[in-house]
Amino acid sequence: MSSFDWTVITRNVPWLWAGMQLTLLLTALAVVGGITVGVLVAICRLSSWKPLSLLAKIYVDLFRSIPLVLAVFWFYFMVPIITGQPVGPFYSIVIAFTFFEGAYFSEIVRAGIQGVRRGQLSAALATGLTHFQAILHVVLPQAVRSMYPLLVTRSIIIFQDTSLAFVVGLTDFLTSANIIANREGRPIEIYCFVALVYFVVCYAAELGLDRTTKRVTR
Amino acid sequence: MIMIEAVDKWYGQLQVLSECSASIDQGEVVVVCGPSGSGKSTLIKCINGLEEFQKGQITVDREPIKSASTNIYKLRSKVGMVFQNFELYPHLTSIENITLAPMKVLKRSREECVQRARKLLQQVGLSAHGEKYPSQLSGGQQQRVAIARSLAMDPIVMLFDEPTSALDPEMINEVLDVMVDLAKSGMTMVVVTHEMGFAQRVGSRVIFMDAGKIVEDRKCPDFFSNPNSDRAKAFLSKIVKH
Amino acid sequence: MNYHWHWSILVEQPYLSWLAHGLAVTLTLSGLAWLIALPLGTLIAVLRTGPWKIGRVIGACYVRVFRNVPLIVQMFLWFFVFPEVVPKTFGFFLKRQLPFPEFTMGLLCLSFYSASRLAETIRSGLETAGSGPKNAALASGLSYVKTYRFVLLPMAFRLVIPPLTSEFLAIFKNSSVALAIGVLEITAESHQIESFTFQGFEAFTAATVLYALISLMCLILAGLFKRYLSNAGGLGAEVAIK
Ligand SMILES: Nc1ncnc2c1ncn2[C@@H]1O[C@H](COP(=O)(O)OP(=O)(O)O)[C@@H](O)[C@H]1O
Ligand SMILES: [Mg+2]
Repeated sequence: MSSFDWTVITRNVPWLWAGMQLTLLLTALAVVGGITVGVLVAICRLSSWKPLSLLAKIYVDLFRSIPLVLAVFWFYFMVPIITGQPVGPFYSIVIAFTFFEGAYFSEIVRAGIQGVRRGQLSAALATGLTHFQAILHVVLPQAVRSMYPLLVTRSIIIFQDTSLAFVVGLTDFLTSANIIANREGRPIEIYCFVALVYFVVCYAAELGLDRTTKRVTR
Repeated sequence: MIMIEAVDKWYGQLQVLSECSASIDQGEVVVVCGPSGSGKSTLIKCINGLEEFQKGQITVDREPIKSASTNIYKLRSKVGMVFQNFELYPHLTSIENITLAPMKVLKRSREECVQRARKLLQQVGLSAHGEKYPSQLSGGQQQRVAIARSLAMDPIVMLFDEPTSALDPEMINEVLDVMVDLAKSGMTMVVVTHEMGFAQRVGSRVIFMDAGKIVEDRKCPDFFSNPNSDRAKAFLSKIVKH
Repeated sequence: MNYHWHWSILVEQPYLSWLAHGLAVTLTLSGLAWLIALPLGTLIAVLRTGPWKIGRVIGACYVRVFRNVPLIVQMFLWFFVFPEVVPKTFGFFLKRQLPFPEFTMGLLCLSFYSASRLAETIRSGLETAGSGPKNAALASGLSYVKTYRFVLLPMAFRLVIPPLTSEFLAIFKNSSVALAIGVLEITAESHQIESFTFQGFEAFTAATVLYALISLMCLILAGLFKRYLSNAGGLGAEVAIK
């Protein structure tokens, strides 16, 4: 294998693009699901009712102590057993990412909430809002400013991590590329291209984050 | 209207309230004063359940605070509170600050709440500032918005925790004027403050606290002309000097 | 839910030795990666903050490249692409004669990737340590190398022990990605047990418990190490004086 054949990429653009669309969809669902779970878990974690906050802490510590690949295997195995029917890798992966990333997001959200002055919570409670309403309408909107860079950074990590869908054969960007590499016998060109695409997307997102951080967190 | 009965409170080992008892009737304006750290803020935070206490009972409008059957959120919505640092929500405009609780707690419609908010802003002399954010207002203006925010819930009693002590001197009076008007309109008020001028103008009683205890609970003119305890005398002489 | 429990499978052969093998691989892979990544990451952090412009650019590029490509893609690059693009004889050696090719390539990949993460952590420590001690050390006549060796790095390491601990844990977790190129570490072995026996619940529970134990041990070790450091003279500025 002495010469390179870069046309293998142009010839397979439709497949690669389909894979990238799935990767983007996975990322979007994982970010939305993860943030939702993260907010709920963070609120539980900060609850003054000890059993609830302990439960939330166990949840976070457990997910943060295992690798994402193991979590993916867990859910790929468990979801069909719990639902009683085959659901396919896509839903298993989405659920795995939602719960797994929820643990990481909850730590970001918790730090953000704790960064808001305590008096704001008191003031909101004093007007009769419930604890949940006070966090949702008063504390979180203020916390979002300080959380913004961390939330975006985590989302970039999730974009990279969705490539682990490879281990259950979901045809995301990496898996599609891998199939092409095997079919065409051109792993060098394909894997270099894959690395380049991930790099460009993540680096661009990083630059975008740098540009916008000042404006958002002002 | 408010009954405070033998309230004890500890922060861990530290006792911050001991054997505090007092009662406040409808329409009274009770001024709470005392040296810093004597437990004034803690006491009024106990009245709307923002702080828990270990012993005793507080009853607001015939409802005991420490009771499983009491809905603490409902009770808080009837008790307005104004803080030393205003605690306006920085991400919301004046109008939005005022309408948040009525919309979310009392489930009133937005139009109704906005209309009411404009009236309240007029009452505190800030009709032109409804669309501004807290960072665009002076300290005195922020505190008046905070008062309007509490009034929007139609409270039956208002609690003030040193409402003017974070303000520059030239802004103190604009806030006190609003509070005097409120007192004259018959609002029941508990005011932690060192503004003795305010106490003498509209105060019905003065509660003097020291080291977690209520040392004196007197009719207003009596307290100033003839304080009983040495500690109150020493405290008054320090304040008057300033 | 219809699941046939069979916990004893975990102590039956060959599954027990599969798990033991997986644990051994995870521990050696992560431990060796840590030994390579820590000095490499330190070097890059020093380059990034040092006086040498080219060094700063190299350091920044290193971090940027390794952090913006998914680890699993880097695994593929090391395992499938690297042997093809190096000089022929070396490539032949890598493909045919290298002992444990998956493990070795996985180790190199994990080490270089982890170094980029460690570099960022250590750099933040160096920046927190600030320019004050740096200028003071340089002014006292220490060379740049000695300034870093005796003043800045000891300070930085003490400052970043908590994030370094979580980076250490991250290496253990990231070592699981090596299964993509065929390294049979804990996660891969538990997955293999699941494929052979369909007892996924037991297999994955075993893996989860092993990872949790590793995390717990690391946290305890980090705590002991921190205690040792604080006994050995606080913030490290003293080290420079000796
Ligand atoms: N959250 C807290 N934890 C521990 N101690 C507190 C807390 N808040 C207040 N204290 C203590 O309680 C005492 C009374 O405080 P406070 O009611 O704020 O006094 P005041 O308002 O009269 O200045 C003080 O000694 C203070 O240090
Ligand atoms: Mg106070």
